[in-house]
Amino acid sequence: MKPFRYERASGVAAACASAARPAAKFVAGGTNLVDLMKLQIETPAHLVDISALPLSDIEETAEGGLRIGALVTNSAAAADATVRSRYPLLSQAILAGASTQLRNKATTGGNLLQRTRCPYFYDTTKPCNKRVPGSGCAALGGINRMNAVLGVSDDCIAAHGSDMAVAMAALDARVETVLPDGATRTIPVDALYRPPGNTPHIETVLAPGELILSVLLPPPPPGRQVYRKVRDRASYAFALVSAAVIVASDNGLVSAARVAFGGISYKPWRSVEAEAALIGVTATRESFDAAGVAALRDARGYGYNDFKIPLARRTLRATLAVAAGIA
Amino acid sequence: MQSPTLPPTLTSRRRFLETGGVATLALASSPAIAEIAGQSSSSQSPSTESVRLTINGRQHALNLDPRTTLLDVLREHLALTGTKKGCDQGQCGACTVIVNGQRINSCLALAVMHAGDEITTIEGLVEDGDLHPMQAAFVRHDGLQCGYCTPGQICSAVAMLAEHKAGWPSYATADVATAPALTDAEIAERMSGNICRCSAYANIVAAIRDVAEGGRS
Repeated sequence: MKPFRYERASGVAAACASAARPAAKFVAGGTNLVDLMKLQIETPAHLVDISALPLSDIEETAEGGLRIGALVTNSAAAADATVRSRYPLLSQAILAGASTQLRNKATTGGNLLQRTRCPYFYDTTKPCNKRVPGSGCAALGGINRMNAVLGVSDDCIAAHGSDMAVAMAALDARVETVLPDGATRTIPVDALYRPPGNTPHIETVLAPGELILSVLLPPPPPGRQVYRKVRDRASYAFALVSAAVIVASDNGLVSAARVAFGGISYKPWRSVEAEAALIGVTATRESFDAAGVAALRDARGYGYNDFKIPLARRTLRATLAVAAGIA
Repeated sequence: MQSPTLPPTLTSRRRFLETGGVATLALASSPAIAEIAGQSSSSQSPSTESVRLTINGRQHALNLDPRTTLLDVLREHLALTGTKKGCDQGQCGACTVIVNGQRINSCLALAVMHAGDEITTIEGLVEDGDLHPMQAAFVRHDGLQCGYCTPGQICSAVAMLAEHKAGWPSYATADVATAPALTDAEIAERMSGNICRCSAYANIVAAIRDVAEGGRS
């Protein structure tokens, strides 16, 4: 690990000012950052510890939604009574990720900002445009079975590893942030992540020193919420593919649908194509297949991850069937 | 930085050790002088942070390179070697300790970030010389083979039962809005952060179930 200056932030404004300096980073749970610092993939010169800031509350909003503080741990969010009763999708998704030990440390804001688990990002002997801009992408011709099939570029095919964010994308969640100049803004989770393009090292739209304060959940949409994760072992593994769905039906016809995927893109992948294909159709295996085809129409495999395209279709079909009660 | 109450042999040894960085911490943690060291103000170099850690009910005042993980503080600085280093990257659970009642991977925790927290290690589970019920159950059910993962398994299991008692759901819970019964599937899912490469899982689950049900089996 490279040496760094450590400081405990005394308040939000001070934290943002400190983190706006070159080579400074926020740290909260540290479960991803400390790991990457040990490998010298992350080499911050200043580490701004925000873990004591008052951002650990979950509160209901005036419009009937929920505000989850950025420092609420993944465990606390998943165990929260309101999350469990009104947003079970979010609870399920969080519980599908990592282990309890990690969820006890990992925070809401940090989970959103975790970096990719692409094996070539972690292997410092290999080129990686995300780790060393301009060095190339070893995953393109490498063992890329964990990599993305949608929305990525010839410079980077890394997938985002969060389960939590997939549920948040389906729930139309927004992040509330504050900038070093004190200005605040609200960004949909779906718009938080930048497409890799030819700058895959820039992963989000956040400015230097911009701090996530909370995640806002609007009131839950109608319908049954189901999160399903497909992975190499039964627990404690990253998703090959995951699906977050919310389906409401009226007299056997789908009246409202939300669909988001994990494991297949640089971000939690909200599929408006699948949602459009579902509205008004009869809830059957065939119509759910058609939604999967629509969702994956623009997908491209890179060899070892070709299987993710049919797997994502089948995962969506199976998850929709559970949500619609026809499984 | 010298404490006037330290005996001469300790002060000179201490002065000597201060130039050696890491070794200072081992001395400061010695039970006899932990409190004394805690009261002395430190002449820290720019590269160290003074931090007070509460481990198994005892306060330790340390000067730490901020890069030091909680795991390395326990093992290398305080000689609490019950907590094991397995993967050192949050994947195996051998380093599991309990912080403010919750289990965490100490390998991914920077020690400076845990000032003021109540930290419990496997050494702290023993009460008045008696094994913790979970330790006794692991022995009774032969919940180990080589034993390397065992301290992490036991700390994890103790905290896991508290989480279950508090009604936390898991990924194995069919309806997350309900407080689930502690089935074997629930135990396995909740313990998935602790890998046992000898694969003693069957007996680990039996040991945990025994404690959960409050008696010997």
